[in-house]
Amino acid sequence: MASIDKDMPILIVDDYKTMLRIIRNLLKQLGFNNVDEATDGSSALQKMRDRAYSLVISDWNMEPMSGLQLLKEVRADQQLQQVPFIMVTAEGKSENVAAAKQAGVTSYILKPFTAATLKSKLTAAIGEF
Amino acid sequence: MTAEAQKAALDARLAELSRHKTTADPADVVEIVQAILATMEGDFNAVNARFFSEIEDLARYINETKAEIAALRPDEITEEHLPTATDELQAVVGATEQATTAIFEAVEAIEELAGQMPPEVSAKVVEAVTKVYEATSFQDITGQRISKVVDALQHIDTKVKALLEAFGSELQRPEEPPKAPVPAAEKRDEDLMNGPQLPEDAQSQDEIDALLASLE
Repeated sequence: MASIDKDMPILIVDDYKTMLRIIRNLLKQLGFNNVDEATDGSSALQKMRDRAYSLVISDWNMEPMSGLQLLKEVRADQQLQQVPFIMVTAEGKSENVAAAKQAGVTSYILKPFTAATLKSKLTAAIGEF
Repeated sequence: MTAEAQKAALDARLAELSRHKTTADPADVVEIVQAILATMEGDFNAVNARFFSEIEDLARYINETKAEIAALRPDEITEEHLPTATDELQAVVGATEQATTAIFEAVEAIEELAGQMPPEVSAKVVEAVTKVYEATSFQDITGQRISKVVDALQHIDTKVKALLEAFGSELQRPEEPPKAPVPAAEKRDEDLMNGPQLPEDAQSQDEIDALLASLE
């Protein structure tokens, strides 16, 4: 089994700087340093069209474009549809999880989360590292 | 007899009575009232009377409700209470964000130093740092919850403003005479407990020092 390239470009999307910093620091602890940030869905989509990311970790509740809308745009785009997409959100209702699943989410992390949860969902999304 | 003719006959009788008598005989009054009621027959029956009574009750109810709403001072709600509550909540979000940033900076510095520590110590330090990172997510969660409350307050604000607009000037705040300022030393303890000031209103430590010095 090919090992995961820890230099893979990862895009993290959240409108709270705190959460961006938490995820960035936790990814750094796991050895992932090639991390870009976006603060809403539309700027994330633009970044994805400008650069080929290997993984997107996105919040849901953002304006003007939410994480779910971003996910739908990504899955509808032939160039981007294969990119693993992890939703990290405080939206914990079953209907939210179902809607994300239907839209093609790779994994779903409920806030607040632990480093261990992030690691296990990353492994599930991109493979062992 | 037409209504006009009836009115003329009644007027004539009233004029006649007032010429002959300075005080009214109850029997005459009853006779006149009955005559008036008779002239209204067809225009004012029992159904109309009930209808007018209902309208009158409704008008009274509306006036009472207006008075009750005015007593609640909805203008104060939109002009003072809601904006203050919204500002305070936004200040909470700002303060927690600032504090979280400071925590990050300190913990990131510790994590950097962990690389220079003996491996077994470093591992424990990194583990503790990770727990701090996890805990700081409270800022995101509380921020989202507070945003929801702010949205709810803004919704209430819109509704109250619509109510004020619907009632117009009837709910306007009456002019209040200006209150004489109470010297700080005479204020009650409860009146002085306003909680932390909003950042734009807050005084710096230097300003407090200068104020204290000026009062000496």
